[in-house]
Amino acid sequence: MAAPSAMTFPALSRLRAYNTAPLIALAALFVISAFASPYFLQAQNLLNILRQVSYSGIIALGMTFVIISGGIDLSVGSMMALVGALAVLTLNGTGGTTWSIALAVGVAVALGSALGFANGIAVTKGRIAPFIVTLGTMAIFRSLTLYVGDAGEFRSVSSLYGDLGMSTVLAVPTPVWIWFLLAFLLDVLLNRTRYGRYVCAVGSNEKVSQYSAINVDRVRLWTYVIAGLMVGVSSILLSARLNSLSSTNFGKDFELDSIAAVIIGGTPMTGGRGSIWGTIVGAIILGIINNMLNMLGVSPYLQGTVKGLVIIAAVLVQRKL
Amino acid sequence: MTDVLLRTEAITKEFSSVRVLDGISIEIRRGEILGIIGENGAGKSTFIKILSGIYTPTRGKVFLDEKEIALRRHADAKRAGISLIPQEFNLIGDLNVYENIFLGNELRRASGLLDKKAMIRRTGELLAGLEVQIDPEAKIQSLSVAQRQMVEIAKALAYDSRLLIMDEPTTVLTKREIDLLFQRMRGLKERGVTIVFISHKLREVKEICDRVMVLRDGAFICLEEAGALPIDEMARRMVGRELSQVFPAKRAGDGQVALRVEGLTVPGVIEDVSFELRAGEILGFAGLGGSGRTEVAETILGIRKPSRGRILAGEQRLEIRGPGDAVRAGIGYLSEDRQGSGILTAFDVVKNITLVSLKRYLHPLIDRHREQEAAERYVDRFSIRAPSLETRLEFLSGGNQQKVSLAKSIDSEPRILIVDEPTRGVDVSAKQDIYRFVHELADKGISCIFISSELEEIIGMCSRVLVMKGGRVAGQVEGERVSEEEIMYFATGVKGIV
Repeated sequence: MAAPSAMTFPALSRLRAYNTAPLIALAALFVISAFASPYFLQAQNLLNILRQVSYSGIIALGMTFVIISGGIDLSVGSMMALVGALAVLTLNGTGGTTWSIALAVGVAVALGSALGFANGIAVTKGRIAPFIVTLGTMAIFRSLTLYVGDAGEFRSVSSLYGDLGMSTVLAVPTPVWIWFLLAFLLDVLLNRTRYGRYVCAVGSNEKVSQYSAINVDRVRLWTYVIAGLMVGVSSILLSARLNSLSSTNFGKDFELDSIAAVIIGGTPMTGGRGSIWGTIVGAIILGIINNMLNMLGVSPYLQGTVKGLVIIAAVLVQRKL
Repeated sequence: MTDVLLRTEAITKEFSSVRVLDGISIEIRRGEILGIIGENGAGKSTFIKILSGIYTPTRGKVFLDEKEIALRRHADAKRAGISLIPQEFNLIGDLNVYENIFLGNELRRASGLLDKKAMIRRTGELLAGLEVQIDPEAKIQSLSVAQRQMVEIAKALAYDSRLLIMDEPTTVLTKREIDLLFQRMRGLKERGVTIVFISHKLREVKEICDRVMVLRDGAFICLEEAGALPIDEMARRMVGRELSQVFPAKRAGDGQVALRVEGLTVPGVIEDVSFELRAGEILGFAGLGGSGRTEVAETILGIRKPSRGRILAGEQRLEIRGPGDAVRAGIGYLSEDRQGSGILTAFDVVKNITLVSLKRYLHPLIDRHREQEAAERYVDRFSIRAPSLETRLEFLSGGNQQKVSLAKSIDSEPRILIVDEPTRGVDVSAKQDIYRFVHELADKGISCIFISSELEEIIGMCSRVLVMKGGRVAGQVEGERVSEEEIMYFATGVKGIV
């Protein structure tokens, strides 16, 4: 029979637009910024942008998994404060030596994962909508941080810790290296392992996944653990950078920034697919926009407005693709 | 007024330069029931989507009452009196019947508030006109599939539809419901409504339609009086070649018991179901809709938890707590609900096929190359028509989706395969392909449970048939006794347990 290649495929030629659109936006933004300000292209400025977005960017990597699986995690910002607070307390309590830094890192990573696990258990075993669970834990984690810190600051006694936060490797800030390294690992996890495939499947259709012998609850649970783990890493890097953290402000708006990076990076809120490198691009886009607004002297109070508009515009553009 | 309601002139549709509909020019007569038949991918759906404004044609014109009309969106078609009743209904389960019927078109009082009374009354009239007993205030969720279909029709009539397009309305209905639907369709026809009817069931097309159009590979083949077109001739024109015998020769199992189910009970769902499945056997599961056939499969897969009973493979008792355990125990399942629990429409062909069996492609990361090779083999073997292996399944026709779904359920190399309505919504030649694959699997010693509402295929495929009724096995027919009458006796309770 003459091969009619069967029915076709209005979106075939558009399939890849999902992946390239954020990259095109980044390139355009880059060119515009280069013309708008002579300082933009200076290496120090570019590295600054990368460092600034790396903290929420690391969390956005975990958020990518959560969103692909069809969930959301609003608690990451508060969780970051609680985890960072306990890490700094550990650091101070053990004398601020190299070993206590290692211990603090361990505490942050373990605690972040544990809090993520708690979120995941409430979502899967408790059968509560992720939005509600993490809205609740967002309030809980922040309140616990305020309580422990008496609404004040957690100051690290270790100057070594601060040095770590300021450090660079080959002139590139350490957090940026860690961000890219984690992105590489999570990209492999997402695209080359069974778990990653299952995350997409679960986000795409839970019932089909269940019938396809996928342990849906376990897959979803682990996305929250990954998110928590990333929060742990990020809270260490940022608290080291500042060598202190404020119980009221630390991690504030990080849920917004990380979700925004994921969405701008082309991962749909409805889940089912997504891209780690897209999220990186999304975070950098946000960083460049902030940078330009600063350079052009736009009031910092207005920057949130711009960020909000960009998120909304990104979703609009996605829908057209 | 002429007797032509709608005329199309050289309707052509291309998707990214692939032509899926090629210059269709036809006339639809006022008050007729026009059947459109063709294989999956022949262009039937594309054609009706153009008539209902969901797609715009690449070239060509549509005339209604000899005036050209522009159908840019679905609303344009509705306004012109053309309604589409899609295969998957567009009803909102949480809303009432009347709320669905007036959705987006609500009646209001002078104050601007909703006029519920008027809407309920009007809904009652519409339903009464269709001679169906449905409470306008019932929630859609609480209605049967057949009732929902009637609500869809009532909704179409609420827009004063002159042309009603029905896309495979009978696939989800039982025989009796189909008879009722046909009565209503004839009633509508008498009221002057023109109907376009799409179905894979040629016997139905023959029964209900005045004229039949055949499409093949996007091209117009013929448009003839239904009376002048015997069923085998319809099939021949659809396929473009002679269909050999539909069913392969029957085969019996080789005696060894592959799966034994004893006293399986899920309270309120299935009751004391026991049977044996032999190696290489194709065991039929017949029964009316809701008789518990799918539920037995779901219990074997561990999706439903039995309160009693056990499942044994050989002498070994199987502990199945979920589909994962079932796969490990060598049980594969082809779901009856293709889009709801069978395939991931957003995944491509490769990723669907390897979803259950992904473990086999780890090295330790996923070996995409081997995944591709495996998918290619299935595409060849099942003649799956897809532009590429990276095409998402939502862009494949139903029959090709079903073949991918079958490939998915056998790629884990099960020893026992449960196929549930394996040919639902699939065209003649894809059906034949699927029958052949199931036979080939049985030849290799794989045991198969064949669940179907279509008695014809149960009778054609199975040498032993269990008939279910009310969650129980009502009876078993074997060998020469496998016939439509025998099965229906048990299914309707004339014979066997009552």
